[in-house]
Amino acid sequence: MLLLAASIVISLSIGTSNLPLREVWSILIHQLPFVSGDGGWDESSIVIVTDVRLPRILLAVLIGACLSLAGAGFQGVLRNPLADPFTLGVASGCSVGAAFMILFGYQTVAGIWSIPIVAFITGIITLAIVFMLARSRGAMNVETLILSGVIVQAFLSAFVSLMSTLTNDVVNEIMFWLMGSISSRGWEHTQVVLPFLLIGLPVLIRYAQSLNLFVFGERHAAYLGVDAERTKLIVLVVSTLLTAAAVSVTGVVGFVGLVIPHLIRLVVGPDYRLIVPLSVIGGGIYLLWSDTLARVAMGGREIPLGVVTALIGAPFFAYLLYKRKVVKGGAA
Amino acid sequence: MIEARCLTKVLDGTAVMDNLSFRMEEGGMYGIIGPNGAGKSTLLSLISGVEKPTSGELLLKGKPASDYPRKELAKWVAVLQQGGLIPAGFTVREVAAMGRFPFQSWLGEEKRDVSELLARTLAQTALTELADRSIDRLSGGERQRVALAKVMIQEPQLLLLDEPTTYLDIGYQVQLLDMVKSWQRQNRVTVVAVLHDLNLAAHYCDQLLVLQQGRIVATGSPEEVMVPSLIEQVYGTQAVIVNHPVTGKPQLLLQPSSL
Repeated sequence: MLLLAASIVISLSIGTSNLPLREVWSILIHQLPFVSGDGGWDESSIVIVTDVRLPRILLAVLIGACLSLAGAGFQGVLRNPLADPFTLGVASGCSVGAAFMILFGYQTVAGIWSIPIVAFITGIITLAIVFMLARSRGAMNVETLILSGVIVQAFLSAFVSLMSTLTNDVVNEIMFWLMGSISSRGWEHTQVVLPFLLIGLPVLIRYAQSLNLFVFGERHAAYLGVDAERTKLIVLVVSTLLTAAAVSVTGVVGFVGLVIPHLIRLVVGPDYRLIVPLSVIGGGIYLLWSDTLARVAMGGREIPLGVVTALIGAPFFAYLLYKRKVVKGGAA
Repeated sequence: MIEARCLTKVLDGTAVMDNLSFRMEEGGMYGIIGPNGAGKSTLLSLISGVEKPTSGELLLKGKPASDYPRKELAKWVAVLQQGGLIPAGFTVREVAAMGRFPFQSWLGEEKRDVSELLARTLAQTALTELADRSIDRLSGGERQRVALAKVMIQEPQLLLLDEPTTYLDIGYQVQLLDMVKSWQRQNRVTVVAVLHDLNLAAHYCDQLLVLQQGRIVATGSPEEVMVPSLIEQVYGTQAVIVNHPVTGKPQLLLQPSSL
């Protein structure tokens, strides 16, 4: 938690125009309603901190938290260490719905919730399709599920690219959104994402102990009194909702939900009662630094956030796959 | 405790459980035996309520097993599964404590202090010294004892065992069933065990139920059931039955036909 707060403040001071940490601190403190007085900073510094960087940074934290939480949920309920919104194809599924809305200018048909709702619907349909592809004789193999997810992901992202080339005037918006970016996203986007996190987190904490019992199989959990079908349904729906919220704002930012729950697990062990809440914080920190990297690494030019997370996440995914192979080979 | 009435289960058009009727009384240790594919594990799933019968009824204390809410049922029915626990990073103590789940609120809290129960159960299953070790670093036999500790901590009135000794060497087989038996006697628990090994079944069970192709072929005490004619009828192999020189229980000696 402290680490997260510190990261936010440090990241606030980093950027194309560097501001000293002290200045950032005092600007922040003076934004609080009960603190008065004039610090005597440039008007531009205040604008940079409160209107440009702060909303963006908080959004990065929220998106990271949502994706990481969704990843923890998927991994727990599917008992699949390779599962994450991206590898399951859910993120791409959500992006189809979101791109569709952007393409046809329906962004606000039902207020600010339009895109997340449609993204959720296409996301959950995608998840159902991936399950159907992966299931053979009732059982789902870990690798087959991910293979199905990646196939569906490839197909759907091609589909979204196709949509983005269909019209000329919005092409840049879809393209940039698609690669996962949170630049020039204001406070209104934070408002869209935050409620999903505020609902998703308590629900997953509520089911954390059930997820622990899932480790030894759904039957095992059922024998100990878990309503396995209901748990599965709720956790999958909530994880997809979190993904939809994140994707509808930033496009597909891959591997966050894979990397963070794993790192948390390495540190605190297999207990989902710790993994779930810590994934939120860890995901927030991770995406915040990824985004900070995205906006400063190339000087004035922005790297799409999805590119940064993929550059870090894909090798990690490869490592997990390799480790599984070694473990399996050892057991056989 | 358990009553089956015309219990039938159809899977993919074939009856894997065909019109079974039986009763199992409180406090007994029952063994379900029979060849591969006889429907032993299916019967156990029906008793545990996770599967519903196609027709007929399986009653636990007079109420259909599948009608109980899962958490309700888990407060007095426990199942020790076949195959045991996969390595998952939890410690022995953590896994054993999972057995309290049915009694916990959604916050994971329980009114009763279970630390004494936990310590006693770990001692009964000879796991006290391994309590803080990860189950990843245990042998198969030790891991199966952890699974047993977990169901003991559930303090069930009815314990279902699905081939609990599979993959264990003979030392661990006897050790595990000894633990089950003494705990069952102390606490007057009803135990229903699917067992592969007829000799173990004869030693530990009061009553045996013999299944073949989803039907009951025989029920009774080990002495009544373990006779050469029945063994040949059910398993298609000749066997000699002798009484154990120490315990007096009927024991089966295999007889290869080529000699």
